[in-house]
Amino acid sequence: METVLLILHYAGLFLILLGSVFLFLGALGIYRMPDLYNRLQAGTKASTLGAMSTILGVGLIQPSWFIKLFIIVIFIALANPLSSHALARASYKAGVKPIITSDTDEYAAVADEAGRPKTEKNTQTL
Amino acid sequence: MKKQSIRFKNYFYTFTLLWLLWYAFTTSLQPAELTVGAVLSLFVAWITVKYFDCCDPILIYPGRIVYFVGYFFVFLRALIKANFDVARRVINPKLPINPGIVKFESKLHNRFAKMVLANSITLTPGTLTVDVIGNTFYIHWIDVKGGDPETAYKEIAEPFERILLKIYG
Repeated sequence: METVLLILHYAGLFLILLGSVFLFLGALGIYRMPDLYNRLQAGTKASTLGAMSTILGVGLIQPSWFIKLFIIVIFIALANPLSSHALARASYKAGVKPIITSDTDEYAAVADEAGRPKTEKNTQTL
Repeated sequence: MKKQSIRFKNYFYTFTLLWLLWYAFTTSLQPAELTVGAVLSLFVAWITVKYFDCCDPILIYPGRIVYFVGYFFVFLRALIKANFDVARRVINPKLPINPGIVKFESKLHNRFAKMVLANSITLTPGTLTVDVIGNTFYIHWIDVKGGDPETAYKEIAEPFERILLKIYG
């Protein structure tokens, strides 16, 4: 029993470390990426896995909390992508131009039809 | 008449789900706790029942549960891959991105399945769901490999949709 708890303890510590590394990389991504949409990309993925990993790590260290923490993990997995989708959609419709280097922006026509305000093209380079 | 019974069914599922959630959080079988949980679940179910559209009991058939577990592992693998992808791009001093917004048509009909697909796409490497209109998905792609809908569908949605089509078909 003691050994099992010890192993769980160290597995939990490892998960927390891994989660913090991912969260740090996500923060770095938000700092380095050039526009809102790319920042959302980096932020969403990293914060989802980072938070899930950290919370599960706490659950392994404190096994009696595991069920509750697992529900929180599921909630994060559901809510995080939804919120970033809402942010991306709202900012596109509000006229925040994305940086497009690949000449494909299929959403522009839809947003214009929905009454997107006219703004300058985003000419910022990468 | 039919509409009425569907509404009642949804009410019942919402309430049960919320109550089970309450129980999982409190992990106590004391009557007082359960009563408070039931009252709150009824109240929340009354507000949210009109959005409830996901969980018919047909989803609990054994064959589907196998697919759900399979989906979970496909999803987890994609999520971990996505994080290493972000890490790779962020650490590289040249910042190798080539962003664009592509679209593709999904074959799914169920609203809940489309929500799951959109969320999964957001968490997979280099893609972010910007909007879903009908069956058309608009995806912000950090490294566009081809602007036409077929390539986008193959690269982004196929592994998830294959499993979702088997569940919701």
